[in-house]
Amino acid sequence: MTPLLSLNGLTKAYPGVVANNDVSLSIAPGEIHALLGENGAGKSTLVKMIYGLVKPDAGQMQMNGGDFAPADPRAARAAGVGMVFQHFSLFDALSVAENIALGMETPPPMRTLAARIREVSETYGLPLSPDKVVGDLSAGERQRVEIIRCLLQDPKLLIMDEPTSVLTPQEVDILFETLRKLSVEGTAILYISHKLEEIRALCDAATILRGGKVVGTCVPRDTSAREMAEMMVGSTLATPKAAAHDAGEVLLSVTGLSAASPSAFGMSLRDISFDVRAGEVLGIGGVAGNGQDELLAVLSGELPCGVGMVQFKGRDLAKNGPEARRGLGVLAAPEERLGHAAAPNMSLTENAMLTGAAREGLVRRGMLNWAKTRDFAERIISGFDVRTPGPENAARSLSGGNLQKFVIGREVLQRPEVLVVNQPTWGVDAAAAAAIRQALLDLAADGSAVVAISQDLDELMEISDRFAALNEGRLSEPRATSGLDVEQIGLMLGGAHAMEVAHV
Amino acid sequence: MRSAFRGEFIGQGEAGDKHMIRIEARPQPSAVMAYATPVLAVVLTMIFGGVLFAALGKAPLQAIATIFWEPIFGEFAFFYRPQLLIKGAPLVLIAIGLALGFRAGIWNIGAEGQYIVGAICGAGAGLAFYPAESVLIFPLMVLAGALGGWAWAMIPAVLKVKFGTNEILVSLMLVYVAEQLLASMSLGLLKNPEGFGFPGSRNLQQYPSAHNAEIIAGTGMHWGVVAALIAVIFAYVLLTRHRLGFAIRVTGEAPRAAKFGGVNPGRLVLFCLGVSGLLAGLAGMFEVAGPSGQISIDFNVGYGFTAIIVAFLGRLNPLGIVAAGLLMALTYIGGDIAQSQLGLPAAAIQVFQGMLLFFLLALDLLTNYRVRFGAAEVA
Repeated sequence: MTPLLSLNGLTKAYPGVVANNDVSLSIAPGEIHALLGENGAGKSTLVKMIYGLVKPDAGQMQMNGGDFAPADPRAARAAGVGMVFQHFSLFDALSVAENIALGMETPPPMRTLAARIREVSETYGLPLSPDKVVGDLSAGERQRVEIIRCLLQDPKLLIMDEPTSVLTPQEVDILFETLRKLSVEGTAILYISHKLEEIRALCDAATILRGGKVVGTCVPRDTSAREMAEMMVGSTLATPKAAAHDAGEVLLSVTGLSAASPSAFGMSLRDISFDVRAGEVLGIGGVAGNGQDELLAVLSGELPCGVGMVQFKGRDLAKNGPEARRGLGVLAAPEERLGHAAAPNMSLTENAMLTGAAREGLVRRGMLNWAKTRDFAERIISGFDVRTPGPENAARSLSGGNLQKFVIGREVLQRPEVLVVNQPTWGVDAAAAAAIRQALLDLAADGSAVVAISQDLDELMEISDRFAALNEGRLSEPRATSGLDVEQIGLMLGGAHAMEVAHV
Repeated sequence: MRSAFRGEFIGQGEAGDKHMIRIEARPQPSAVMAYATPVLAVVLTMIFGGVLFAALGKAPLQAIATIFWEPIFGEFAFFYRPQLLIKGAPLVLIAIGLALGFRAGIWNIGAEGQYIVGAICGAGAGLAFYPAESVLIFPLMVLAGALGGWAWAMIPAVLKVKFGTNEILVSLMLVYVAEQLLASMSLGLLKNPEGFGFPGSRNLQQYPSAHNAEIIAGTGMHWGVVAALIAVIFAYVLLTRHRLGFAIRVTGEAPRAAKFGGVNPGRLVLFCLGVSGLLAGLAGMFEVAGPSGQISIDFNVGYGFTAIIVAFLGRLNPLGIVAAGLLMALTYIGGDIAQSQLGLPAAAIQVFQGMLLFFLLALDLLTNYRVRFGAAEVA
């Protein structure tokens, strides 16, 4: 059988870096092909070439045996390539059908379009109502909008970039059903992911990239996740290990916390209660947009809350802003690295000052000590293996993973008594993620209380002592992680509180 | 389109542009360009200003030379050089205050109004003691002028913090209120009782205790110049070494990061608008007590608005503002000379000054972006 798409010796260089070096692979019709690699391995550049966003310097692509060199995404789409991006490009205030019409060159009348959306969504098991406003949809539903947008063009090859990073396990199952159905009908799928277990469950073949080169291919079903990870990283992986420790006194205590979200499309917090003890990691799972950002903001002191709702060692924090809380030892690292955790255009030294001022003694009588701040920044850089020429570089010049290591390192090095992190390893490659998780575990082992908010369940299972799910602004009862299985977690995440009832 | 070039996709970043000129984000802001763009803007203004003057039928080189050369090195330079300080000081004083706010994304557009109210309060405080003589009167006027400007700026500040109003609109509208107040004062409360019915207050130049006289005669160096220098040093230290200055810079760069770092946005609004109002008020007070001498209907000449140009021309940097203030003062003085000697219309001079800001803002792009010429590659 002739392959649907074959790539031969694709090379693409940018100033200072060869993003793709002699990359070849082929995908048969109906094949689900995984593209694996760390951040910066060249996956994005490769799919950008297939989708017509980037032109290769050398090498050829063939589609159905004919030459394929799309000049732009429109040409790629016309040739039957569809792509679902990791970040959605949808308008919150418009309906599903309106959003899809916006992406079409000649949209049919709204009624016809709505009918076609219904038809496609039923055929492929993707429940979605065309009249719903996108702002009210969950991340999983938003992704369905993007998928249906692609399917309406009847693609022969569907590229999916990290599709499951925002989904609950149940939503992942629905997605996989759809992808398998498409595959049976002959649509090939190029599937980009970090999540090795998923790839083993779904994909027929895998191509592994490292440093822009193909370093291996495998049949995922016959290869262990560890073997694939080691091919990706090029070395053996250190699994984060929790040292045995006993939980100590309660450091952070949240009681009946309710807070309105400051944003119109945010999620208000409703009656949240939990305790975290010294030496413990509390994992809070849940799909983004269910109150994660708001919970972090309340705990960091950015979002005000009522008296008595948040207490540190029995002391009420309602009146304390971020600065005062840092003084006491309650630190936080928000999800959004650029613009929230760090100021993009400012140097790493200045960003070290941003949260390190009080605890690291970088300010005396209002005057800043830049020499000391620089030392602090350099300690973060060396202690957390942040790859950068030096602390005078702007935060935005760092890759996502490196900046994340800097942001987490900045808080960890301040020896917090309580550390709250939101999506600590989002978009970070495997080696960096392992280092960050290890740092959180070490912190807990030294007697700090850690609250880790994350969408990555494997991560939470690995590092947390107890687990709770945040759903529509409510938090389930925290339960010991050992003894929880994926099914139960999925139900907690989906908001089925029956389990809690059974427990009471 | 910025991040579409790096790492991951942002949305459907279809950079399908095939134009001959492309604009590309730099990984880091260029330090060279940050310093080169003001110089480049001045050069471009000279070139296009020359074209404008030529279109008006004047010899372009001569006009440019009259504006830039005559005041400093010309025949009557002994007269014009002190003017440089007299016109430059209020511009620098006001621009320093504005720059603090602009760095934090707090837009005080009403410095002209704060300048007027500062002058009225300063002059009023002095005239209240007329004709008594005391060394305390002048310091008291300084205090009154500063407080007046501060209080006028507190109106948009408090409204913004309490009710979320837009400080740009409120501060700008208050300029027109201040102008009416100025007219009322020169025709009413502060009118010179011995002025034969002419509008305007007593001339403070003839009231020794209240006169902001030159510290060294013939240099143009008055107390306003001293205040401007102190303000420059204060702002420089604040921005580079003090935590409040750091709060200002982070807020301007990334407001959410600033809030996460512990900056209270409301307090910062009060501080920035307060300081800029205070400095504008001081500038008005030093002007009315010195070079201008009296409160009159046409007392204000637009320093408060020109200072906005000065602040940006100086890249919102205290040292840059000194250079920009002097340059702007030069175009004022040179513009006057060009008007009288070459018969250039006043509007042409204003267009010339406006061009300077226009080029500066346009060239600002080069600091964060790089322009590439030639056949495009889709990327």
